[in-house]
Amino acid sequence: MAGLSKPMANPVAEAARTRSPGRLALERFRRDRIAVAAGVYVVLVLLASVLAPLICRVLGIDTERHIGLLSLTNLGFPDGRLGGMSWDHPLGIEPKTGRDLLALLLYGSRTSLIIAFGATLVSVALGILFGLWAGYFGGWVDTVISRSTEVLMAFPVLLFSIALLAVLGNLDRVGFLAGNSLRTAILIFVIGFFSFPYTARLMRSQVLSLRTREFVAAARVMGSSNRRILRRELLPNLTGPIIVVTSLSIPATVLAEAGLSFLGVGIAPPATSWGQLLGAASRTFVVDPAYMLFPGLSMVATVLAFNLLGDGIRDAFDPKSRS
Amino acid sequence: MSLLEVRDLRKTFVRGHGRRRRVVNAVDGVSFEVGAGETLGLVGESGCGKSTTAGMVVRLIEPTSGQISFAGTELAGRSERSLRPLRRELQMVFQDPQSSLNPRQTVGTILSAPFQIQGVQPDGGVLPEVRRLLERVGLNPEHYNRYPHQFSGGQRQRIGIARAIALRPKLVVCDEPVSALDVSVQAQVLNLLAGLQQEYGMAYLFVAHDLAVVRHLSDRVVVMYLGRVVEQAEREELYRSPAHPYTQALMAAVPRPRVPEQRKKVLLRGDAAADGPAGGCPFRPRCPRYATELGAADQSRCTQEAPELVPLSPRQSAACHFV
Ligand SMILES: Nc1ncnc2c1ncn2[C@@H]1O[C@H](COP(=O)(O)OP(=O)(O)OP(=O)(O)O)[C@@H](O)[C@H]1O
Ligand SMILES: [Mg+2]
Repeated sequence: MAGLSKPMANPVAEAARTRSPGRLALERFRRDRIAVAAGVYVVLVLLASVLAPLICRVLGIDTERHIGLLSLTNLGFPDGRLGGMSWDHPLGIEPKTGRDLLALLLYGSRTSLIIAFGATLVSVALGILFGLWAGYFGGWVDTVISRSTEVLMAFPVLLFSIALLAVLGNLDRVGFLAGNSLRTAILIFVIGFFSFPYTARLMRSQVLSLRTREFVAAARVMGSSNRRILRRELLPNLTGPIIVVTSLSIPATVLAEAGLSFLGVGIAPPATSWGQLLGAASRTFVVDPAYMLFPGLSMVATVLAFNLLGDGIRDAFDPKSRS
Repeated sequence: MSLLEVRDLRKTFVRGHGRRRRVVNAVDGVSFEVGAGETLGLVGESGCGKSTTAGMVVRLIEPTSGQISFAGTELAGRSERSLRPLRRELQMVFQDPQSSLNPRQTVGTILSAPFQIQGVQPDGGVLPEVRRLLERVGLNPEHYNRYPHQFSGGQRQRIGIARAIALRPKLVVCDEPVSALDVSVQAQVLNLLAGLQQEYGMAYLFVAHDLAVVRHLSDRVVVMYLGRVVEQAEREELYRSPAHPYTQALMAAVPRPRVPEQRKKVLLRGDAAADGPAGGCPFRPRCPRYATELGAADQSRCTQEAPELVPLSPRQSAACHFV
């Protein structure tokens, strides 16, 4: 009532009050040039992998084998310099198979990103669910969830995933999933499952501070069910942290997939991913270093861009976190 | 039969573990009644258990023991589910308008929650009812799609009040509804509460930490000290002749315009220790009467015997051996 009719006493404070936290975060993000540049790069990479078939058609390349391009005298390695780079095959061709490396990279980044987004989705969804429960209900629910996530975090995740994937890799078909799509799905669930405890812990700590706020008490006084409080009162207040963990989880899952595929328990040829290409390239590195260069560069650049973007988003939501 | 009858209500909190475990008697045997359409003021220093009492009345806090009978129904020990229909009649206005409104919900969402949760369909629909509510509490009805941060503290408290009265409850528990507000808007909000009471005939349990705030609204006042009721009286009696030394001390802190120094100044020193001295009268360490007026024989009564609340007249009772 007071401030409405009379002129604003303090325009700066007034303006700050009328902007929501999300708005302020967006404005801070826009001022962060590195984060914006990283964001642009990320969008380009996403476009390239989504539009992989179209790009390949336009450039006239495909992922078919071109044995004719391989030198018989050269033990199946490409003729010419730099891994067989040419106008027809801008990044060269794959040793032994003669497949176009640019096409492989486009399709490979697609697989890697599908796994990264899928695993992040699994991990963030599980993390939100268990974090909300643990933080909101407290008591034995919290004890069970917190102890279980601690056990998961102490797990030798890499060894366990390798063993698990080696076993699951022998499956031919589960439901409608078979071959490469089955392996992709398995990778999504294994990586997502093992990374959810970190999200759960963050969400739990956020909920612990939210649940003592009076609007939660107000909802209970009105007769809200726990379900409604979790969904309508708490979850909307977690959008900031959710965006932050999501953006930082994507590069981590890209690396996890790359590691597993590199070790030969993830994506297997003829399907490709960044990790699979790097793994294959590492075996011929001495003879054909160019084969490793492009998958490696593109993965490192993408992971870096995702990380910078995630850092920028985190700083935008929580300016104090900037060191 | 009164609308609300509280009998020997107790709440103990356990803090710490093992050797540092301490039991706090936040509320220690409190009884009072609130009649329909009446206002009962509940006054005491910070930490004396007012919010805990208020919280138990609306069953946000589970009482350790005691009875709370509301409109003939016993609330203590009831399941949350069976309480839900009763919550229509029993609402609460919170202390901190910053935290009592969900920052992620518009005012329209906040004010339609009571109708949704309780399954009430107002005549003419929820949105027109929300606008009517906004108008009734002195806000612009067109501001229903604004967010809480776009309002001042006083306006936010008006929204909190609108939410509490949305379903025309019989009793509204107000936990220091103006103590977080600028002095200039406190009176406006108190007037609003008084006007709403006249219009809808609801009862208030009105919590405050000083006697000035409850003076104009209350029909009766309960004064609490360290979890106990030390004095209970009709408003006229209490302000004319406070009986308990603690009430007198609180009264001395009330600014009294126009009246020159006519009452002996009684000043309270120090804070209430969280659980007072063991045995005897809990107010003894800070009691001016004990320190200056009583002889050794009388003092030993204060150190040994905890005073009960005894009637001084049909309209006033106090818990002091020497009133
Ligand atoms: N959840 C809790 N756990 C442990 N102790 C508590 C809890 N809630 C309240 N207490 C303690 O109980 C006592 C009474 O607290 P309460 O909040 O009811 O006081 P109050 O009269 O409302 O004070 P204020 O004016 O500061 O709001 C205090 O000593 C407080 O520290
Ligand atoms: Mg309080």
